[in-house]
Amino acid sequence: MPSHTIHTASGRTLDELNLKALLADELTAEDFRISGETLRRQADTAEAAGYRQLAENLRRAAELTGISNQEVLDIYNALRPNRSTYNELIALADRLENDLAAPLTAALVREAAEVYQVRRILRNP
Amino acid sequence: MRSKRFEKLAERPINRETFIQPWPEVGLIALDSPLDPSPSLKIEDGVVVEMDGVRREEFDLIDHFIARHALNLDVAERAMNTPSREIARMLVDINVPRAAVLELVSGCTPAKLVDIVQQMSVLEMMMGLAKMRARRTPANQAHVTNRKEHPALLAADAAEAALRGFAEVETTVGVARYAPLNALAILVGSQTGRGGVLTQCAVEEAVNLRLGFKGLTSYSETLSVYGTEDTFIDGDDTPWSKAFLGAAYASRGVKTRYTSGTGAAALMGHSEGKSMLYLEARCLLVTRGAGSQGTQNGSISCIALPESLPGGVRGVLAENLIAMMLGLEVASGNDALASHSEMRKSAKLMLQFIPGTDFITSGYGAIPRYDNMFGGGNFDVTELDDWYVLQRDMQVDGGLVPVREEEVLRVRERGARAIQAVFDALGFPPITEAEVEAAVTAYSSEDMPDRDKVADIEAAQRLLDGPLTAIEVIRALEEAGFHDVASNILEMQRQRVIGDYLQPAAIFGDNFQVLSALTDPNDYQGPGTGYRLEGGRWSALQNLPQAWDPRTYLESLGAARDRTWLKEIGPAKRGDQPEVVIALGPAFGAQIDRTIGGLDHRDVLSAILQGIQDEGVPARVVRIYHTSDCAFIGYAGAQLSGSGVAIGIQSKGTTVIHRRDLAPLDNLELFSQSPNLDLDTYRQIGRNAARYATGQPTTPVPVKIDNTVRLRLIVQTTLLHLRETQQIRRDRPPTELCLS
Repeated sequence: MPSHTIHTASGRTLDELNLKALLADELTAEDFRISGETLRRQADTAEAAGYRQLAENLRRAAELTGISNQEVLDIYNALRPNRSTYNELIALADRLENDLAAPLTAALVREAAEVYQVRRILRNP
Repeated sequence: MRSKRFEKLAERPINRETFIQPWPEVGLIALDSPLDPSPSLKIEDGVVVEMDGVRREEFDLIDHFIARHALNLDVAERAMNTPSREIARMLVDINVPRAAVLELVSGCTPAKLVDIVQQMSVLEMMMGLAKMRARRTPANQAHVTNRKEHPALLAADAAEAALRGFAEVETTVGVARYAPLNALAILVGSQTGRGGVLTQCAVEEAVNLRLGFKGLTSYSETLSVYGTEDTFIDGDDTPWSKAFLGAAYASRGVKTRYTSGTGAAALMGHSEGKSMLYLEARCLLVTRGAGSQGTQNGSISCIALPESLPGGVRGVLAENLIAMMLGLEVASGNDALASHSEMRKSAKLMLQFIPGTDFITSGYGAIPRYDNMFGGGNFDVTELDDWYVLQRDMQVDGGLVPVREEEVLRVRERGARAIQAVFDALGFPPITEAEVEAAVTAYSSEDMPDRDKVADIEAAQRLLDGPLTAIEVIRALEEAGFHDVASNILEMQRQRVIGDYLQPAAIFGDNFQVLSALTDPNDYQGPGTGYRLEGGRWSALQNLPQAWDPRTYLESLGAARDRTWLKEIGPAKRGDQPEVVIALGPAFGAQIDRTIGGLDHRDVLSAILQGIQDEGVPARVVRIYHTSDCAFIGYAGAQLSGSGVAIGIQSKGTTVIHRRDLAPLDNLELFSQSPNLDLDTYRQIGRNAARYATGQPTTPVPVKIDNTVRLRLIVQTTLLHLRETQQIRRDRPPTELCLS
């Protein structure tokens, strides 16, 4: 992928990520976060090469770039077996879709809620 | 009654292993359980309603996930209707490219995948690996851990591992709370050895993710998936939680690889009576369905379990192949201790080593086995030279480059000093000069001073919970004068932003060049195609520090010679008295002055003469010019001997007692293992020759038999014989010699 098209999640260009700027305290950890746009382009590349599921994963990843580390960990834990009620998972999916601009992740969570219900690995309300 | 041979066999390392008969009902069967389903797939309105004999209503978690995510329904009907044997043949047919197989296989159910590989022999599966692995260039991964969790030793070992060519370096912990410091130490160490080495710290998922968020790790292969629902639940995950986790890592630019392997479900007591390979096929479809770019499989830590069963090692190879058929990067096991038997361990390795995989081991112990915190270490630091020699023997790239001791010491010191500087700048418990010095030359953590564990763990907690990230590490290194290491770690952070190494099977080559299934796709299609170890890389891999130039050996033979002790006094005549003729090879005492056993030719000749003299028999010494062959030297001497008995001796020391009436290649006694001959033996050879010459009853000279001699000294033998052969003068008759 040509480097001039790449911006970090914080909007910087790759060229700005240099030692001089780092030593001048101009860079933070947020400046080294991959952007959703870059991940979507990587997804397109993967898909074109025949790696459809990897592409879907990278598109979900693109959605998660806007979500905080803590919330990412919380969602992961909510998806573990016997952690959430059906309604909690559906509410999480709604929030992902409506508030966090993450419809693909929301679909994954919604699907999990349905299957977890059938397989009885939901937390009892 | 006990056979002594069976007693010996029972003591062999191989018999410290457990071998059992299959018990399918509890999953103790490598392949082909009677309870394994037959392949089937029914699709209605774009929805899978039956898979491998199970109706949708009966689907478990894994079936649901595979049916929804893993199968390419567009080709499923064609794939399922193609006979398994035909697909198996495509796997080994050089005229069918990898992409064509990938496309068709993407519609196969777990049982179909198993049915395909069941058609194949181990050799055919290896052919399959050569064609189907994702990345053209094979690579290898290292384990770097130690019992003391010593940061300077971790950094030094990671630096050395990077120098040796490992593309990924993985650490873990004995005490979980050390994780952040261990991750930091191998990050700094690896980027000292070679920029672009990927690193990870295998710990609990939440901690692992946080280490990734901080830029302290660049990949993760801790995402375990399982082949039955109950095992998955016991692992406290579901395919959906794992899929989410995979996306979470990718969202922070961290490469991930799932992990699974035959035997896990049986070990955890939830096999459902299915074979290990069938359950692994399900794991691999979950892996693909979740969108992982790759897998670490090949039974991994369970390896001894399939190995207890018939066909277990074949099954483990089959699971590597299935993963590759699904387009996954494969780090192909060979990491956990697989056998007490060196023969078995090496034979198992060859299944992946020869065809090549994306990572031939998913963890080669770049440390002593004693320090391996992954629970074993199939190969360790003491076996690195064996690995290099195997690469050189077979012209196979096993991912490692021979190194010089001085280079290793240099990068180890720099790695240890770099982590010392980082600890200093971040206010972590200091790493002393004594610790750095110990780390440079250490064999294991036993060579390292103890550290204040409470203080280290406190620092580790601060690193994990506080705001520190790779940025502060880079700054500390740059300010302490480690510009190259700082630049490499910065580049690793920049690569996270670019994300090219999230594509399948990605590693960094020189100068952070991404080698992946996209930039370096495996294009094997038979002889002359695909990855070939050649050119500069082949030169580098054959350049072992132990290898020497044979020309220098011959030059060393020519040094410091006194040739005056053997004088030629004219053509040798045939004797007519009882005597023993000692016939010397063309170079004896001249161009060569000692035997391969290191005996001075003068001493050898004196010993033989002494032995003859002890029997009161006269002796003559002649030099043979027309041959360098021991039998013919002795034969030529015998023609000149008044008694018909002669001793022939080559410069390397090989000796024969010959008699005129025998055929040239026959003899009275032959002493072929010249390195085992000492002066006493030569004296006895002289004595026996004298007794033959005077017709006395003679007991053959006893000689020591050491069958490793040829193995150890065949090159020196060849060179000495070459030097002797170079002195042959075909037309020159034997010459009489006198000793001065």
